This record gives sequence, C-alpha cells and structure tokens, in this order.
Amino acid sequence: MISHWLKPEIRQSSGYPILLLGGVALLVSTAIGIANLGTNADIARRQLEDLQVTLQQVVPAEYYDNEPVRDTVTIQEGDRSVQVYRARRKGQVQAVSFRTTAPGYGSSEMVLIVGVDRDGKLLGVRVISHAETPGLGDKIETSKSNWILGFTGRSLSDPPPAGWGVKKDGGVFDQFTGATITPRAVVKSIKGGLEFFAAHRAVLLDEASGGHDQ
Amino acid sequence: MNDYRGIFADGLWNNNVVFAQMLALCPLMAVTSTATNGLGMGLATTAVLLASNIVVSSLRHWIAQEVRIPVYVLLIASLVTLADMAINAWLHELYKVLGLFIPLIVVNCCVLGRAESFASKQPVSAAAADGLAMGLGLTLALVLIGACREILGSATLFSHASLLLGPAFTFLETTLIKDYHGFLLMLLPPGGFLVLGFLLAGKRVIERVAEKREVKEEFHCSVQ
Repeated sequence: MISHWLKPEIRQSSGYPILLLGGVALLVSTAIGIANLGTNADIARRQLEDLQVTLQQVVPAEYYDNEPVRDTVTIQEGDRSVQVYRARRKGQVQAVSFRTTAPGYGSSEMVLIVGVDRDGKLLGVRVISHAETPGLGDKIETSKSNWILGFTGRSLSDPPPAGWGVKKDGGVFDQFTGATITPRAVVKSIKGGLEFFAAHRAVLLDEASGGHDQ
Repeated sequence: MNDYRGIFADGLWNNNVVFAQMLALCPLMAVTSTATNGLGMGLATTAVLLASNIVVSSLRHWIAQEVRIPVYVLLIASLVTLADMAINAWLHELYKVLGLFIPLIVVNCCVLGRAESFASKQPVSAAAADGLAMGLGLTLALVLIGACREILGSATLFSHASLLLGPAFTFLETTLIKDYHGFLLMLLPPGGFLVLGFLLAGKRVIERVAEKREVKEEFHCSVQ
C-alpha cells in the first residue's frame, strides 16, 4: 500500500503540510514551465497566422509581394504605441494596416484593424474584438451585417470632415436601429485612424528615410 | 465497492452538476448561447475534471488534511493552465471559440467539489469514472441549454460546429428558420436562467412520474 511509504511520525509532524504544499507548488510550476517551453513556439506561430489572416481582409493581395506581418514600424503617439504593418510591392510601400480602438457601449473597448493605401484611401476595415450587445451593436461584424464594408474607398476628403459621423449627427454613415453609440464610436475611430495615417504618412510609407531595403 | 453504474447514474442524472447540484452556473450562463459553445466548454471541463480527479485520488494518501484545499486549488489551476496552453498551440481553431472561457474552468466549483467530496476518498479508477460521469453530465446540460437558447434565440442549431469538431461535422449545422429575426433575450444571460428553470421543472416532472409508477408497481405487488 502506497500510504505505508510514509512513516506516521513524518505525516504527523508540524512541518509536513508546509513541505507538502511547497512540494506540490514546485512540482506543478515545473510542469507548467516545461509545457510553456513546449508550446510557446507553436502558439506564436498560430498568432502570427491569425494576424496574417486579419491583415489579408483589409489589404487585398494584389497590393503586396512581401510579408506585411514581418515588415512593421512602431509609431509612438502620446502614451500609446501603434504597430503598423507595411504591404510592399517591388520594395515600395503600397498600403499599410494598423489597429485602432474605440470605446464600446459599456466599459469595454472595441479593436478595429484598418487598411489604408498610399493615397489615404481606406482599403478595408474590420472589427477584431468587441463586447457589444448581441443583436444590436454587433452589426459591426461582417457575419451579421455589411455595414463595415461601407467604409471601403472612403478617405478624409470623401466624405468631407463634416460628413464623418452617423446620420443622426448629420454625417453620411448609417446608425443601427436601437444602437447609435456603437457605430458612432466606430466612425470616429476610423476617422482617427485616417488622421493618424495623414500625420505620419512619410514615415509609414518609408519615404522619410529615402527608402531603404526591407 | 466500485459501483460504476451508480457513479454514471449519479453524474448524468441523479446528482447532475447543473440539474441537481446547481453548480457551475457562471460558466453556464456565459457560454451556452449556442449548442456548439456548450459542447466545447463541456468537453474541456470534462477533460479537466477527469485529470483532476485522477491526480487528487492518486495523491490522497499524501495530502495532509490541513492544507488539502490549497493543494487541490493549486493542482486544478495548473491542470487548467496546461489545457489552455495545449489547446492554444494544437487546437487553435477551438481556442478562438473558447479561449476566453477556458481559464473560467478554474473557478468552476464542480471541479473542486468533486476533488473534495469524491476523489479524495476513493481509489483512482472510481475517481476517474466519477470525473468522466460528472463531466459528461455537465456537457449534456450545457448542450441542452445551449440548444434551447440557440433555437429560440437565433433559430439555428450547432452553428460553427465545424470550427469545433472539424469540417466533417458541417452536417450538424442547421438553420431551422431562414430570415429569423432573433429573440435577443434568449441569447443574453436572462435567457439562460429561463431555460435552466424550465429544464429543471421538466426534470422534476419526469422524476415525479417515475416515482408514481414505482409506487403503483409496489402496490400491485403487495395486492398479489
């Protein structure tokens, strides 16, 4: 019987529970450490694949012959940094994509990914994650509605700045029945993304430094 | 002593985690908006329950009474972390569906409950059977509630099943009513409570009918 391996004196000593707890903690943290070593390369590869799939949705394949996920530049804006993925063809940046955030309905944040071509025209927008109300605010997903596709081809001059809002606020974009806050935040966030592109255009297009090799 | 039939009857019906013990209600409300999510969460929890019952049972002679709860918590939390990493690395599609909910298994009190009330007092084989039975009972409940909410809420059944189980299971994905406008309440947590309530009532009715039949049969026997 296994229990006989342990002498009763040891089991009854006051230090035994402490040793047991420490031993178990040591054992399980070793196991987790080993598992982490075994899985972190796979996990990183999967996450890169996910990112690639996301980027493909907002920048069409004909815009690049490089790997945008590996051609990145980080822009520091205030206290947050934005990682920008550059899509190049024949060495020249044709389009960039980056994440932008918007405050959702409630306390959660929505994360969007925006693709912009070199002239500042939107190639595509997708919502990556959100916690909006199912059936109301979640029409920002492509699986629920085509609404988000309506931004493709827009730029800061189309519509003019006053039109960058939902119809209720005098803009050109539809709001949803029963949900105005979500689309309003998304419109504002996309406009912010375009302004970000305009402000950093030279750096993002890799033209400020005279175009070095990737 | 090892009454496997009794263990499975307990897990699936008599002492079902959800329908009898009323445990695990938090993950239940969070994930059961579709039958597929319920199935995925149920299977993941089953794996953790099985592993934690086996580990706790095989360590039961060494675990000191005074620190048993912290030891169980430690063991369960690490098992869940291992499951989380494994699913993320090797079943990434599933992870995208369930990722948020896997860490929630740690706080699913049925895992700790089974460790404390069953696995710590029983041999490994019985503890494994109990973990499997309780897990399957939970999966059954999650799928049932998920299916009811999905049918009422969006008129589909097992949507995205192919993401969870592989493309071979696309046939499970059914749309019952096209252009259904949806019944939002069912997809939100209150819908979960409503469905749970009705299913609990249903279980009671079945049990009462079964009881009456038993009494009648006994009565007949005594008359003869």
